[in-house]
Amino acid sequence: MTFAEIISLAIGAILVNNVLLSQFLGICSFVGVSKKRSSALGMGVAVLFVLILSSLVTWLLYNLVLKPLNVTFLSTIVFILVIATLVQFVEMVIKKYLPGLYKVLGIYLPLITTNCAILGVANFVNVGQNYDLVQTLVYAISIGLGYILVMFIFSGIREKIETAPIPKPFKGVAIAFIIAGFMAMAFAGFSGIA
Amino acid sequence: MNEKENKVSLKAVFKDGVLLSNPLFVSLLGLCPALAITTKFMNAIGMTIAFFLVLLASNVVISLLRNLIPGEIRIPVYIIIVATFVTCVALLMEAFTPELYSNLSTFINLIVVNCIILGRAEAFASKNTVVASTIDAMGQSLGYGLGLLVIALIREVLGTQSLTFSNPFNAAQSYTIPLLTNFKIEFFNSSAGAFVTLAIVLAVIAAITNATSKKKGAK
Repeated sequence: MTFAEIISLAIGAILVNNVLLSQFLGICSFVGVSKKRSSALGMGVAVLFVLILSSLVTWLLYNLVLKPLNVTFLSTIVFILVIATLVQFVEMVIKKYLPGLYKVLGIYLPLITTNCAILGVANFVNVGQNYDLVQTLVYAISIGLGYILVMFIFSGIREKIETAPIPKPFKGVAIAFIIAGFMAMAFAGFSGIA
Repeated sequence: MNEKENKVSLKAVFKDGVLLSNPLFVSLLGLCPALAITTKFMNAIGMTIAFFLVLLASNVVISLLRNLIPGEIRIPVYIIIVATFVTCVALLMEAFTPELYSNLSTFINLIVVNCIILGRAEAFASKNTVVASTIDAMGQSLGYGLGLLVIALIREVLGTQSLTFSNPFNAAQSYTIPLLTNFKIEFFNSSAGAFVTLAIVLAVIAAITNATSKKKGAK
């Protein structure tokens, strides 16, 4: 795989097919944990971390176990179990050895099992695209970075709009979705005009 | 519990699922498919049916096993049960409705991580009888499905000027109802359109709720 291919895969995953704004994966956390920039960043880093680990593990399992045994139809069950176990395991390891990091990420980790971005990426790289290990890693890191980028911008705007005079029915989540719509429009610019 | 009491509580379960705690519009759960697959009305119908089958099966099985599942490992057990049914539904759809499945693909598999299903398992099915859990599954799916259908209806009509129904078992049979003649807003087909449609629906619901609660307050 050449350097140019890696770059184009990364740009595609971060900006053009952004995980939140164009693939609609992980929207629950996008709305739920984006009221403050600090929590958005914490959630973003936790997602990036788990994404890298889980896509690595699910890739190994899919290509070394499920495929040779011809039981790829079990992928959903296996992936979700692996992800749930992994999240639990990461939480315990961080709590024991990196208490500083645990303070930052701890409360977000349990939420990540049900973040569709993780299972979505595991499905996409293995079942959908048949990526090799390097592509899988590059893709997972780029998706995580794209998630952090959009979460951070979105939470920044939400902090500002908190004090703005918004029509009453739009207060709260509705205006947040309008902002998300504008951001999706801006990000649609990266794919060019068809 | 006598017959009459039972009926009343089941009605309450239904009302709760569709109106008071609508999973999509009130609890804001299951947003990913609500934004991603609602470009077509048919997709929303397919998603609702798949969601209903998984929720019904998992609710029934979990409420049957509610006294057998040890408390400490209940969440992993729920996840396995839900994942099993999702796999069954996905395989059935891939075999019998391939066109619909290719439109929904990832989001059928992602029903596993749909918070509504795990939420109902934890909050309802693990504490209630099989009959009540069945009704609860119907109420919740109806509420969620109505949400999906409303969003899809707005997006497909405004985005493509028409509504297309096709036979999911035979993609060649399809029927298009032309609705708008003079204009078409392709924006609603885009991902930005999904966010804005949901925002507007939520705002309309908030406005109605505000108005009715004010009326009640005035009385």
